[in-house]
Amino acid sequence: MLARPFSLNRFTPHAALLPMALTVLVAYIGAALWTFRTSLTASRTFPSEKWIGLAQYVRLFDNERWMLSLNNLAVYGVLFIIACMVIGFLLAVFIDQNVRGEGLLRTVFLYPYAMSFIATGLVWQWLLTPGSGIEATVQSFGFSSFRFEWIIDQDMAIYAVVIATVWQASGLVMALMLAGLRGIDPEIWKAARLDGIPAWRVYVSIVLPMLGPTIATVFLLLSTAVVKLYDAVVAMTQGGPGIASEVPAKFIMDHLFLRSNVGLASAGAVMLLIPVLAVLAPYAYARSRGFGKRPRQKGHA
Amino acid sequence: MVTVRILAAACAWLCAAASAHAAQAAVPKAEVIHWWTSGGESAAVKQVAHAYRNAGGVWIDTAIAGGDQSRAVTINRIVGGNPPTAAQFNTSKQFLDVIEQNMLNNVDSVAQAHNWDQILPQPIIDVIKVQGHYYAVPLNIHMQTWFWYSKAAFQKAGITREPATIPEFFAALDKLKAAGIIPLAHGGQSWQETLLFSAVLANIGGREMYLKVLRDRDQATMNSPAFRQILQTFKRLKSYVDPNSPGRNWNDATAMVISGKAGFQVMGDWAKGEFTNARQQPGVHYGCIAGFGPASPYLIQGDVFVFPRTDDPAAVKAQNLLAGVVAQPNLQVTFSKLKGSIPVRTDINAAELDICAQKGIEIIKDRSRQLGVTEVYLTPDQNGALQDILTAYWNMNLPVEKVQRSIANALKY
Repeated sequence: MLARPFSLNRFTPHAALLPMALTVLVAYIGAALWTFRTSLTASRTFPSEKWIGLAQYVRLFDNERWMLSLNNLAVYGVLFIIACMVIGFLLAVFIDQNVRGEGLLRTVFLYPYAMSFIATGLVWQWLLTPGSGIEATVQSFGFSSFRFEWIIDQDMAIYAVVIATVWQASGLVMALMLAGLRGIDPEIWKAARLDGIPAWRVYVSIVLPMLGPTIATVFLLLSTAVVKLYDAVVAMTQGGPGIASEVPAKFIMDHLFLRSNVGLASAGAVMLLIPVLAVLAPYAYARSRGFGKRPRQKGHA
Repeated sequence: MVTVRILAAACAWLCAAASAHAAQAAVPKAEVIHWWTSGGESAAVKQVAHAYRNAGGVWIDTAIAGGDQSRAVTINRIVGGNPPTAAQFNTSKQFLDVIEQNMLNNVDSVAQAHNWDQILPQPIIDVIKVQGHYYAVPLNIHMQTWFWYSKAAFQKAGITREPATIPEFFAALDKLKAAGIIPLAHGGQSWQETLLFSAVLANIGGREMYLKVLRDRDQATMNSPAFRQILQTFKRLKSYVDPNSPGRNWNDATAMVISGKAGFQVMGDWAKGEFTNARQQPGVHYGCIAGFGPASPYLIQGDVFVFPRTDDPAAVKAQNLLAGVVAQPNLQVTFSKLKGSIPVRTDINAAELDICAQKGIEIIKDRSRQLGVTEVYLTPDQNGALQDILTAYWNMNLPVEKVQRSIANALKY
């Protein structure tokens, strides 16, 4: 009688996790392996069995659009993550000052996140189109020589995408950071006030380090958003002008569905997996070493 | 691939079993996937549906907005073993892979009955006839590189007659610019830039060079000074385009010609629908130039129906009926009248069509002027790579030598 509940206790969690584990194995890892396999074949519209080794990869890195896409992704990624984090953190700090109408402000800041990237892109495309939106508004205030043409400027188009997506995503960062800030012990603030430490100093030296796990989460979320960047570009610039604002995900989608080149698209997808793993691996390693991990709770949860 | 085939076969068997009952009803039932969703297009496809019903069939309409989406759905359904009876493609290499996978039924009997070998333009035969078999029924011909112009803008700029040569064309553009009119209305999307480039290549390079570059993908020609000059002329047109063109849709550019804000637009004959909607008449409010010079190539593209492979006799019957209906000359005329295209067959009465279409029909009778668009000679993948380079060249400051090398490099694969 004693043995049975004991073994049940031991195996129930594993049994409960089994469907998820199978999904991960088949749908994620299986699909990734299949994609890698396809990238080694001469697949066009249909997957083929014709092996061509690494030729698709050679071709991929011979492709100017792909190289430009990678470059864009790097520029975009750095700017997007930094801007979202800074703006999100500042918004959170601002709201944490017990301002009036906090609920309303939170809703206002978080609202853009409820919109899809495609809607965000369309709104900002309209706002940034020369001759209408922002440019026309400022001109109507009397600044007739005002120009704001980033979206049709080959050197600036990618920054226009940064603006739109930062506007969309920083609300989420704010929400997460705010939760982190609220989790900080008020005693710390009291102690700092007693010692006469200025507020900004408390934020930089005490609060930010304590927000470590929150910042790591935010960073991870934003990084995946960077790699996935697709719909905002499609809605705002369609990769243009020319190919100036192309991104890897769009390259892959185009080659999968429009250009009937499953092989090349798969090679691109495999290459896109590498930065994700590069971000995830140190994170997973840090977690496994106990960094940022809560102490194991005693007793039953 | 093996598993996909087995799955497809299994599904096909199931479907065949399921539709065995339907076969007894003996009414041919055709589900047709297409992307004719705009006003003129849906009116045109209704003519086909109507003719099919008159011939005793049942038409099930599956319209999917956007050619890319529609083709993706068709291919997914074919692979998934639940193919439609017929599906629309462009007259191009878009469906070559499907043929090579042996997933289409051929329409040789219809082709023979209508004597396609003799009456169809060669560029169309080149894409629908693979290894001696016909795999698609062509519905119409679109010519992609018409030069549309506004008569009002011409008058304002003091242009007295339509340009007949390339230098005259540039002279007209200069006059329009001087009169404060946007000389060339351009929709700044990559496919439109490719289209503009095709117009330059066909009109300046001529038939020989066009085929050397696009069909033969000849490295020497692509690296030659003559080809460089064509690229430079293409880029020169940029100086006649307004700065707000990037991202603009083709119909917005047509609207600029309609309102007289712009002088020219280079666009396919589907632009006629926009003029007609704005109550403008060809020859009265606007003009159309097919190309410069008496030998300028007529760049052919159009729509076809393909018939996914099936062994179900009822489905085959429905497919054959549709193929026969579509090939009828009078249906092709009524369809093209609404669609803005011209019929595939040249042995028809052109009097019902407008003057631009009549011009086109006259030109296409000369076999030496028939050429395909880029998609006729290049696979979707090659065409896309060319498109990427051309749009980059058009929009960015790239040295022409580098562009030339990139094109040669991209068409190597």
